[in-house]
Amino acid sequence: MSASTIAERPIAAAPAGRLAGLVSDTATITGRNLYRLVRVPTLIAFATVQPVLFVLLFTYTYSGAIHPPGVDRYIDYILPGIFVLAIAFGASQTGVAIADDLANGMLDRFRALPMAPSAVLAGRAVADAVRNLFVLALMIGVGAAIGFRFHAGPAAALGAVGLAVAVGLALSWVNALLGLLVRDAESAGLAGLLGVIPLLFASSTFVPVATMPGWLQAFAKVNPVTITVDALRALCLGGPTATHVWQALAWIAALLAVAVPTTVARYRHTTAT
Amino acid sequence: MGAEQAIMTEGLAKRFGAVQALAGVDLAVSTGEVLGLLGPNGAGKTTLVRILATLLRPDQGRAQVCGLDVVRQPAAVRRLVGLSGQYAAVDAFLTGRENLRMIGRLAGLPRGAARRRADELLETFELADAADRVARTYSGGMRRRLDVAASLVTRPAVVVLDEPTTGLDPRGRIGLWQLLGELAAGGTSLLLTTQYLEEADRLAGQLVVLDQGRVIASGTSAALKARVGGDRLELQTLPGHDPAPLAAALAGLGAGPPVVDGALGRVVVPVADGPAVLPEVATRLAASGLRVADLTLRRPTLDDVFLALTGQPTGQDAPPDAGHQDQGGAVPAA
Repeated sequence: MSASTIAERPIAAAPAGRLAGLVSDTATITGRNLYRLVRVPTLIAFATVQPVLFVLLFTYTYSGAIHPPGVDRYIDYILPGIFVLAIAFGASQTGVAIADDLANGMLDRFRALPMAPSAVLAGRAVADAVRNLFVLALMIGVGAAIGFRFHAGPAAALGAVGLAVAVGLALSWVNALLGLLVRDAESAGLAGLLGVIPLLFASSTFVPVATMPGWLQAFAKVNPVTITVDALRALCLGGPTATHVWQALAWIAALLAVAVPTTVARYRHTTAT
Repeated sequence: MGAEQAIMTEGLAKRFGAVQALAGVDLAVSTGEVLGLLGPNGAGKTTLVRILATLLRPDQGRAQVCGLDVVRQPAAVRRLVGLSGQYAAVDAFLTGRENLRMIGRLAGLPRGAARRRADELLETFELADAADRVARTYSGGMRRRLDVAASLVTRPAVVVLDEPTTGLDPRGRIGLWQLLGELAAGGTSLLLTTQYLEEADRLAGQLVVLDQGRVIASGTSAALKARVGGDRLELQTLPGHDPAPLAAALAGLGAGPPVVDGALGRVVVPVADGPAVLPEVATRLAASGLRVADLTLRRPTLDDVFLALTGQPTGQDAPPDAGHQDQGGAVPAA
């Protein structure tokens, strides 16, 4: 150890352009989260075991009881719903991670660095999107092995994957905000799940809305999860898609428009206790 | 005012709800100087560090780093300040090397420079052998070293460290002191908070004692020690015995009045030169016929500093220990 290694200066940290800085910082944080994804046991489980379990369990337990009109096999009906279920559950880990970073001083460290403030959150969301692509591929693979097929062609299939990833982006930001507000990792994870579970079940995810009691139908029809799942289903199974997809995209855009600035503003004023 | 001052604060105040964390703090750290900020829990040390690192905005007053205002020019300040916070803030699931490269990239270093700087710091902080292990497997001392290394990635002109040796074993503590000493010798300005007088004494040329958000003393380490007195002679009575007669027997011996703690059965005497008074202590004890359970000579603690400066023990913000108070507490005997 010599004094010169720790004390000579300056390292010219040339301030890059704002956009270039944001892109570079987001890429760095994305890399950090992807490393964690393959090293943190709970994250590995959320990305691999859980989606596969969902596909197998929901398909085999419900397929005998539920026969939605217009589809031959229940798995063709349920898989688009499981996309949203798995992505929503996975997104709860983003709240956990942000609350953890806050509690152990990582966010303080990032905030004290000359970096783009939104990059810590954007990098997390991008890493989540990468994870979701993997999760979707896994579910489609497992689903195909037990009978699932896309019925509307490859372009629509890609559209379904893209829409599912977009849903994940919105949920990542919402959960990041939850993590910053709740501050405690376990509570943030719980809040993330409790928030989506009623929305997931009171929707067209598992059963057709028409089979629900009237008062619940009224809610389920306007539930954004129903709108999103219906759009995914249309892209997977065929039939009229445009209206469903536009409505789903409008919901996602609205959620992002509120969650992104709110979360970044909150991040800039949050310190560890 | 100006660039020759690494850190300057003026009337800095910050309130959290009912708690006045800082109540008008003036500080000055010249370039290349090490300032030790000494205070108990709740004194406002962490709040001050966070304001200097642009993490918190002060309610009143102002703070500058190298002449730049932390509220109005936070981006520029972040390029000059390295922060080592209260927790070892490293990613437990990244390796030591990955942690430092990440910080380098985020601080704006090109890829190659970030890689070289990480290698250099791993070497300096004796983490090269563990560089490719995830930080989760590190000991507390290694994590802390990695954290301090992370705060130095950009070679900041000013480094603020919040209780950097908390949780370290004595060897780790001495190792870190050595590194911080070298950093200061190289011209970096340091502000470090601590609860240990020994640590402040060892590293800092200038000391500031903070209590409940106020500066209650400041000056050189030598000047503060002169006010506090040199060593502490501590005598413990036999169980159940009143320490007052012990204090009486030792009257006039120390550099200040003996402090009697009835509850703990303890007498503490500040003495200018400990070893020199020991023979006299033995003589007086023998002459008085008083017996003691224990007799120690030690360096003053933060508690002693507070007692000497304020006449009150530390921890006034903590709920008072009723039993302790009833039996007299620790008060300087006349």
